[in-house]
Amino acid sequence: MTLTFIFNVVLVALLLTVATWIIVARAAFSAAVAFVAYGLLLALVWVELSAIDVALTEAAIGSGVTGMLLLGAASRLRETEATAVPAGRPLTSAVAVLCALIAAGLAAIVLFPPSIVFTLAPQAMARLPESGLGNPVAGVLFVYRAFDTLLEKVVLVLALVSVWSLAPDRFWGGVPGLHVYQQPNSVLTLLAQLLAPLGIVMGIYMFWTGANNPGGAFQGGTVLAAMWVLVMIAGLQNVPSTDRRALRYLVVLGPSIFLTIGLAGFLLANGFLAYPPGYAKPLIIVAEAALTLSIGVTLGLLTAGPPERVAR
Amino acid sequence: MMNAITLFGLCGPALVGLGLFGLITNPQPVRKILAFNILGSGTFLLFGVIARRGAAAGLDGDPVPQALVITGIVVAFAATAMAIALLLRLFEETGRASLNSSNPNNASETTDAS
Repeated sequence: MTLTFIFNVVLVALLLTVATWIIVARAAFSAAVAFVAYGLLLALVWVELSAIDVALTEAAIGSGVTGMLLLGAASRLRETEATAVPAGRPLTSAVAVLCALIAAGLAAIVLFPPSIVFTLAPQAMARLPESGLGNPVAGVLFVYRAFDTLLEKVVLVLALVSVWSLAPDRFWGGVPGLHVYQQPNSVLTLLAQLLAPLGIVMGIYMFWTGANNPGGAFQGGTVLAAMWVLVMIAGLQNVPSTDRRALRYLVVLGPSIFLTIGLAGFLLANGFLAYPPGYAKPLIIVAEAALTLSIGVTLGLLTAGPPERVAR
Repeated sequence: MMNAITLFGLCGPALVGLGLFGLITNPQPVRKILAFNILGSGTFLLFGVIARRGAAAGLDGDPVPQALVITGIVVAFAATAMAIALLLRLFEETGRASLNSSNPNNASETTDAS
């Protein structure tokens, strides 16, 4: 029993307790608060699993941005909670048994793994130096599985289009309904003034270092989005109306540049999303820079929600 | 003797079970979205354990499942944002946030609307 193992046992116990609380808590709002804590604990588990890139993504997206959306939704829907009819006891028991069986089946896979260890790590490392990248996860994301990464960015744009489409017709192109707490001289205003410049530098650093160290466009873009949302909530900057042309160009800038580089692969290299030898790293950095900006704007707008006011 | 990786590996299935239970039994849609996210994170954790067990070539984990999990977290977020927007619009339109169509109040509302 080492100290690290005891730490890990406590971590898992905390994680499962918080997860259970999220499922059984009476009020949706306290479940959403617990979800933020859950995401941060989970990020610690990812650190313990030596997956720092995943830990950063989980803390930023899984806990931060998702948590903020859920908190907003839970507080708006608070009055509807009393009317919800809980499932009957026989059904609940049956579901509990079946879910326990599924969990036990998955646990068996963990406890009795196949004797052959499947890993693509040697293959991933073998040709990584040719890309000029030092971070193998960035290598997988932007070289080996670049098509997945491209589609993932497109999914975010589609999510934003869907969320905007849910606005009533009269508010189309209007201002998102983000709640603004404009109180001059408040702690929030001070925090937004102090933290935003630091956060912007940190977001850009995370994108820049992502080529060789844990980090990357996604994690950096999320930090940028968080800073933007903070500044908007503190009322230091107006929530932009969604019909602003510059804003819409920024949303599609990253995916478009990435797609252009991908298509250029047909002419300059040997196929879609292939990079010409020796130019892989500069091209990936250009794509990542544009993606960081687009992700920041898209996540900020997704957090702000659908338009709820007419633009003035 | 159980090591830390197996411990985290067992945590994943437990989270999948808990999430699935909440998704099915909790009547409130916002709680279903929360449970769905817990179910998803349990699946990601299983991937993480498979990645950690695939440590080779001087790496502490297989980077391929790790990259898949990063993509998965992003797509789960996009789905959550979409689900929340749908739910809030449903609440705005009907003043209710329930998926239960057998509710008598709801039944009269839908007939009025059609």
